[in-house]
Amino acid sequence: MQDSFSYFFNQLISGISLGFVYGLIAIGYTMVYGIVGMINFAHGEIFMIGAFVALIAYFIMEALGLGWVPVAILAMLLLSMVINGFYGWTLERVAYRPLRGSSRLAPLITAIGMSIFLQNYVQLLQGARPRPLQPMIPGGLELWTVKTPADTDYTVQVSYMELMIIVITIMLMVAFTYVITRTSLGRAQRACEQDQKMASLLGINVNRTIATTFVIAAVLAAVAGLIYTLRYGSIDFFIGFLAGVKAFTAAVLGGIGSLPGAMLGGVLIGLIETFFAGYAERGSEYKDVAVFTVLVVVLIFRPTGLLGKPDIEKV
Amino acid sequence: MNATARPLDVPAMVKEAALTAFVVLMLTVILVGFELRDVPGAMALYTRIPDVVACVALAFAARIALVLLREGYRGAVIVGAAIVGLLLLIGLLPETLFGTEAAARTARRFMPFEAPVVQWCLFSVTVFLGLRAAIGRRRVRVAEIKEREAAADRMGARVQSIARYAGPILGFAAVAMPVAFRNDQQVMSVAILVMTYIMLGWGLNIVVGLAGLLDLGYVAFYAVGAYTFALLATTPDIQLSFWLSLPLAGLLAALVGVLLGFPVLRLRGDYLAIVTLGFGEIIRVVIQNWYGFTNGANGISGIPRPTLFGLSWDEEAAEGQIPFHKWVSDNLFPIDYTPTHEKIYLYYIILALALIVNWFALRARQMPIGRAWEALREDEIACRSLGINPTNTKLTAFGVGAMFGGFAGAFFSTSQGFVSPESFVFIESAIILAIVVLGGFGSQLGVVLAALLLIGLPEAFREVKDFRMLAFGLAMVGIMLWRPAGLLAHREPTVRLKPAAAGKAK
Amino acid sequence: MTPPLLEVDHLTIRFGGLVAVNDVSFAAQDRKITAVIGPNGAGKTTVFNCLTGFYKPTVGRMRLRHPATGREYLLERMEGFRIAAQARVARTFQNIRLFPKMTVLENLVVAQHNRLMRASGYTLLGLFGFSGYRKAEHAAIERARYWLERTELVDRADDAAESLPYGGQRRLEIARAMCTEPVMLCLDEPAAGLNPRESEALNSLLRFIRDEHKIGILLIEHDMSVVMEISDHIVVLDYGRKIADGTPAEIRSDPAVIRAYLGEPEEAA
Repeated sequence: MQDSFSYFFNQLISGISLGFVYGLIAIGYTMVYGIVGMINFAHGEIFMIGAFVALIAYFIMEALGLGWVPVAILAMLLLSMVINGFYGWTLERVAYRPLRGSSRLAPLITAIGMSIFLQNYVQLLQGARPRPLQPMIPGGLELWTVKTPADTDYTVQVSYMELMIIVITIMLMVAFTYVITRTSLGRAQRACEQDQKMASLLGINVNRTIATTFVIAAVLAAVAGLIYTLRYGSIDFFIGFLAGVKAFTAAVLGGIGSLPGAMLGGVLIGLIETFFAGYAERGSEYKDVAVFTVLVVVLIFRPTGLLGKPDIEKV
Repeated sequence: MNATARPLDVPAMVKEAALTAFVVLMLTVILVGFELRDVPGAMALYTRIPDVVACVALAFAARIALVLLREGYRGAVIVGAAIVGLLLLIGLLPETLFGTEAAARTARRFMPFEAPVVQWCLFSVTVFLGLRAAIGRRRVRVAEIKEREAAADRMGARVQSIARYAGPILGFAAVAMPVAFRNDQQVMSVAILVMTYIMLGWGLNIVVGLAGLLDLGYVAFYAVGAYTFALLATTPDIQLSFWLSLPLAGLLAALVGVLLGFPVLRLRGDYLAIVTLGFGEIIRVVIQNWYGFTNGANGISGIPRPTLFGLSWDEEAAEGQIPFHKWVSDNLFPIDYTPTHEKIYLYYIILALALIVNWFALRARQMPIGRAWEALREDEIACRSLGINPTNTKLTAFGVGAMFGGFAGAFFSTSQGFVSPESFVFIESAIILAIVVLGGFGSQLGVVLAALLLIGLPEAFREVKDFRMLAFGLAMVGIMLWRPAGLLAHREPTVRLKPAAAGKAK
Repeated sequence: MTPPLLEVDHLTIRFGGLVAVNDVSFAAQDRKITAVIGPNGAGKTTVFNCLTGFYKPTVGRMRLRHPATGREYLLERMEGFRIAAQARVARTFQNIRLFPKMTVLENLVVAQHNRLMRASGYTLLGLFGFSGYRKAEHAAIERARYWLERTELVDRADDAAESLPYGGQRRLEIARAMCTEPVMLCLDEPAAGLNPRESEALNSLLRFIRDEHKIGILLIEHDMSVVMEISDHIVVLDYGRKIADGTPAEIRSDPAVIRAYLGEPEEAA
């Protein structure tokens, strides 16, 4: 028996972990937008590929007899991160780099084209039906026991899986923030964001910096894919589209160009979606509409988002 | 033939090819190399290692070929491409051509690939490289964006001057076509489909091509038009005919366009694209879930076909109506009933509607509103400084485009007899956008070409249908890389001080 | 004394913490050329952008008075494009904003948009070949031809605007601004990048506009030869403040202006 508080708590945890998924993808959007000024429409598909690689990796591990959960998850993580890195690099190299310097429309069209291509690529190779995964991490952490008047006690708990997701994401964010703020790569990125020509004149390898940005974005998306696969247990070739648009909403909500904003936006969108599905009448059918409406409202009333910087146009 | 300027650096070439092959290996090893297939009760992991090997080998070879082309060794590439292509062809064709077990087994020994997509990819790449080697100039360089755009513009200009003749010829062909195919229902169905996309492309062309507003949710107006007519026609107390509903559908779609456009048209290109995508999805999901009003995912069926001055197209007419074939037989000459008659009628309707959109777009370019759209596309700030109201100008483009989308939608629902939210998914917006982009923003003829290629071709060659979307995406990327302004993009001025030989604009 | 064409009162523009323009007041007379000069970063273009509706002032008033009708417009309250459409203030841009892919002639025809829109019955009549529109379009082309001749661009009329050389593009921008039949013309560094011969031609063009078309001209400029040569009145800004206001002769010898441009003489150690 669940009462309203326990239900609320479950929704909260669920929303947060979903939010982490969106946040990781959103960081990718915002990083790429910051450095090359384009929306990487195909980023959602990179996430989807990460999810598929993670899933296949699990089956490989099982087939190899290494199905023990921690090892399997580690393998899934590493494999999806590495493969995704290659996809991110290739995407930039093949579809975006040749178009650097052309109109704003061309890279967007290419990105849409790559998105369609990747969706169908995976669909043709892996089949159109959803692929399920058995829940791998049973059980949960007991938090506290609630005594109810009807004398039917129950415990509120957080599942181990959600805990693991939260821990992985936080560790990743710490490492990522370190890379961005302390290393020369982060500095090079910020330089390229401001002025590519000048940065290259100062000796920064702009091509490599941009490529690295795409790779990092893809790697984060891979982790998001892994989390998604573990949480939902079922993936198909189309999850990239929806997750991509929602993650983009998160990036906009948090403020395009702001990395902490992207994660913040992700968590907010995750919570909004989960609570809407959980509490609104027919919420689960309309939850996507709720998120899209947030997108529209934010872009109309506060396009710079929560943590973004206002864009003063030079006349 | 072979025009060698400097000796070939083989180690460097091999290293370059090896790196490419390595990247391809990483990309394909998991997704191509393994497949999760449903078996009763669970999922099983299958391997497709040969396919991975083939992809990696092809990547290696292709890279070598590209380097050879770069260095001028065209002959070697042509020969190599011919050999590999022939082998692949043997592997691909017997299934369709010979259809016997023996032939298939022989083929499989050559090409032990399981995923047909891999085979087709390899084949296409080989053909592409071969063609490039054969047609290309001495040295294959990747030109600067500006040079490529200038070259595209020149070609576009040449095509435009042909277009003045090609346009009316195509128009005549379009009108005369049903006479030739009057007994082939299949062809007429495809023709209706292609013409619908042409109309949608011309409509979106006004928004994207002329005014430069990136709309990724055009399908929403299509849906509004379709459902407006569907509801007007099937609600028992109303039951409006197609011809009366058509203007209403357009009006409502235009209204929705203005309402949606008003808050968002000041957003910059990318953001506008995403917001319009969001709108498109919102409308679709709402239609899908609002059972009370739109009948939800089940859709609305039983939508009547349009009549021709009261003549119906069925074999046996309902009361108060005369069947077309009977009327003609009684009054002109005897004809039999075929379902194709209806298709031909529908085809002429959509042809007329599309031509109206075309006429409007051509005329509008010579009107201040059309010039304002183009100016807005080039520099909005300059427009403001000239006293042009950017919001109104954009809203007009958006609304007009929406209206034409609404007309197309109403036609769609009457020609199908049935509408459901599945017809209005985002991918449709992407397809229409692809048609506009591939054809060249602002080029009317380009839209026709692109629609024929992207819609007509896959319908004509059924085997290709599975790969249609894959080819779509690739085509979009390819065109942008090769000709960022589109296939036939060239801007003819709408007014000249000194009338040149080129004459009127297209 | 006739009231001024443009009166700027206590204009202050703040961007967050930065004060770009600080309590600037000046007046520009009709049929006179007023130059706004000052070192880089003095706030000149900011004032311009405010006048033409791209920024909104934090404090201050900008009153434009049409000499023919006496009608007054408060520019700080008007939306950007309305300042051009109703108050009839035209401008050119520091970085040249033409419609690059449209021809020279089309650029000038687009400038006459509002007049042509009305003549075409807001498109509806024109669409169906209503003769009123055709006549209006013809008149628009003639007006364009007139300005093309004044700016020596007639031979390039059917070429793409982006194909013009730099000097030609600057002249085209001025021609385009004049095609809107303005009451006041604002030029943002019209002489930038021009060689001496082109600057001379610019001078005579501006004098022609002032004398023959009887409008007021406001210009930002760094090229002192142009400024001193043609201005009737000069306003000097420095660090967002007005430091001098007068005739060219007065400005030339104003110590504050000299200090702003050349700096303080070094004190002996």
